[in-house]
Amino acid sequence: MPSSATPPVITTDKLTKRFGHFVAASELTFQVAKGEIFGFLGANGAGKTTAMRMLCGLLKPSSGKATIAGFDVYTQTEKIKRRIGYMSQKFSLYDNLTVSENIRFYGGIYGMNTAAIRTKTAELLEELQLEKEAKTLVSDLPLGWKQKLAFSVSIVHNPDIVFLDEPTGGVDPVTRRQFWDLIYHAADRGVTIFVTTHYMDEAEYCNRVSIMVDGVIAALDSPTRLKQQFGLDNMEDVFYELARNAKRKAD
Amino acid sequence: MRQLITFIRKEFLHVFRDRKTLLMLFGLPIAQIVLFGFALSNEIKNSRIAITDYSKDAVTEQLISKIASSNYFDIQRTVQSATQLEAAFKKGDIRMAIIFPADFANDLVHTGKATIQVIADASDPNLATTITNYITRLVGDFNTQTALTAGRPLQILPEMQFLYNPELRGAPNFVPGVMALVLMLVCTMMTSVAIVKEKELGTMEILLVSPFKPIYIIISKLTPNLLISVVNLFIILMLSAVFLDLHVKGSILLLTFDSILFILTSLSIGLLLSINAKTQQAAMMGSMMGMMLPTMLLTGFLFPIENMPLPLQVLSNLVPSRWYFIIVKKVMLKGLGITAVWKETLILTGMCLFLFTISLRRFKIRL
Repeated sequence: MPSSATPPVITTDKLTKRFGHFVAASELTFQVAKGEIFGFLGANGAGKTTAMRMLCGLLKPSSGKATIAGFDVYTQTEKIKRRIGYMSQKFSLYDNLTVSENIRFYGGIYGMNTAAIRTKTAELLEELQLEKEAKTLVSDLPLGWKQKLAFSVSIVHNPDIVFLDEPTGGVDPVTRRQFWDLIYHAADRGVTIFVTTHYMDEAEYCNRVSIMVDGVIAALDSPTRLKQQFGLDNMEDVFYELARNAKRKAD
Repeated sequence: MRQLITFIRKEFLHVFRDRKTLLMLFGLPIAQIVLFGFALSNEIKNSRIAITDYSKDAVTEQLISKIASSNYFDIQRTVQSATQLEAAFKKGDIRMAIIFPADFANDLVHTGKATIQVIADASDPNLATTITNYITRLVGDFNTQTALTAGRPLQILPEMQFLYNPELRGAPNFVPGVMALVLMLVCTMMTSVAIVKEKELGTMEILLVSPFKPIYIIISKLTPNLLISVVNLFIILMLSAVFLDLHVKGSILLLTFDSILFILTSLSIGLLLSINAKTQQAAMMGSMMGMMLPTMLLTGFLFPIENMPLPLQVLSNLVPSRWYFIIVKKVMLKGLGITAVWKETLILTGMCLFLFTISLRRFKIRL
C-alpha cells in the first residue's frame, strides 16, 4: 500500500474542461500517491478520456489546477511528458517491427542511449519470458503477449506514472490476470498506475477507485470501503448504482 | 538528435519491410519508362512507306536514299501507281506515301523551289503526325546540305495535311511528364499514408504523449520518402538515357535541385492530405483522385495548356507539376541554365514554403 509520507504524484484541484457550453469534466479534485494503483471508472462519455488527456498534457484544462510528478499541467507539459508513460486502448506497437525493434524505438524517442536500451531490453524480455521472440515481428505474436509487451514498453523509460487507457480490452481472463501481475510488479517498484477500465473485476484489483458520472467524480475510495458505503457485495453493483442515474448518453 | 535518428530508422524499417509498396514505388517509374520506350521504338521506327517518283532525277534519288538510310522508314518500292497506293493504304501495307511530281527537277533547277506531296494514314493521328514530322526534318536537312554544296539556296517544300505540334508528342515530352507524375504520386501517397497509419494504429497518441516533438515526426516521415524519390528520379533519368536515348543536356545539379524542390512540395501536399484524412484508404483515394487527375490533365504533357479554356489555364497555374514540367523540359531537353528557369524555380519554392508552413501549422500538437 502507498505510504502517506511521500508527496502525492498526481494532484488535481477543481480541474475542469469545457467544450463550448458542454462541461466534459467538472471540478475534479483528487490525489494519487506514489506507487498507488488508481482505478478511473466511468461509463462511456462520462469524461474519463477528457480527464486523462488533461493529465497527460494532450488537452489544456479550462480551469482548476493540476500537477503531475510535481509539474504544472499548464506550463510544464514538456517536463510532464518525460515523466509519464501511456498505453492506449488501441494496440500501440508497430506490427512490422520486431519485438526488440519496438523496444528500441520507444526507448529511443524518450532519449535513452543505446547501452541503456540494451540493458532494458534484456531485462524486459526476461520478465516477459520473450527472450526467444526478440527477433519476431510483433504481428506474429499472440494478442495477449502483444498487450503485455505494450505495457512493458510504455514503462521502458522508467516513468513516475503510467496512464493505461482500457489496456485489457479484448483479452481473455487468464491473460488479463497475468497483465495485472505485471501492473502489480511495476507498482511495487514505485511506478504510479492510473488505469481506466470497464471490467469490474479489475476495479477490485485497484488500491483506490474513482467513479465518474456525467463529468463529475461521484465516488472515490478503496473498493472495500465503496462496497461498505453502498451496502453492496461487488463493484459491479456499486458501479451500476452510480452510473444508472447518468443523464448523458454514451458517445 | 538521437531521438530523431531512432525515428528515421524506424521509418526506413517500415518501408523496407513492406515489399509490396516497395515494389510499387520502384516498379511504377520503371514500368512507365520501359513500356513507353518499347512502344515508341517499335511503332515509329521502320514505318512502311511508299515513294512514287515521277521525276526520276539525281535530286530525287539523293533525297530518296537519304530517307531510306534513316531507320525511321521501310520503303516499299513495289507500290507505284495512284490506284496501287490507295489499295496499299486501305490494306494497311503502308502508313505514308511520298510523291515526287514529274516537274520536280525542272522546278527545282529553274525556280529553286519544288514541292513534294506527302500523304499519311491518319487513322492513327499520333503516328501520322510523328512520321510526317520526320519527313519534314529529313527534307529540311537535305535542303541545308544541298544549299551548301550547290552554293545557292534550294527549297524543297513538303506539302502535308498535318501540322505537327512539336510541343505535343514524343518521348522528349513524355519523360518529363512521367517524372512529374511519378514523383508527385509517390510523394503525396506515401506521406499521407505513413502519417494516417500512425493515427489508425493508435501510435500517434503515444507519440504525442511522449516528449518527441511533432516537427520531428514530420521530419522523420519525410526523410525516407525524400530519399526514395531522389533514387526514383535517377532511375528515370538512367532509363530514359538507356532506352530512349534521351540524355540530360543541361546541368544535372540544377535538375536535381529543382526536382528536390518539387519533391518537397509534393511531400507537403501529402502532409496536408494526411492531416485531414481519417483512414489510410481515404488518404490513398485523396492522393490518387486529388493529385493524379490534375497532374495528368493540367501539367501540359498530355494536353497542351494553350488549347484549354481560360479557366482551366488559370487553374493549371496552381498545379506544381506544371512548373516542374517546364523546368525539366528546359534543363533536360534544351540544356538551358538557371537564367532560363529562375522564374519557375521561384514559383515552386513559394508553393513549397506555403504548403509546408500550412501543413506544419495544422499538424495537431494536441489531439
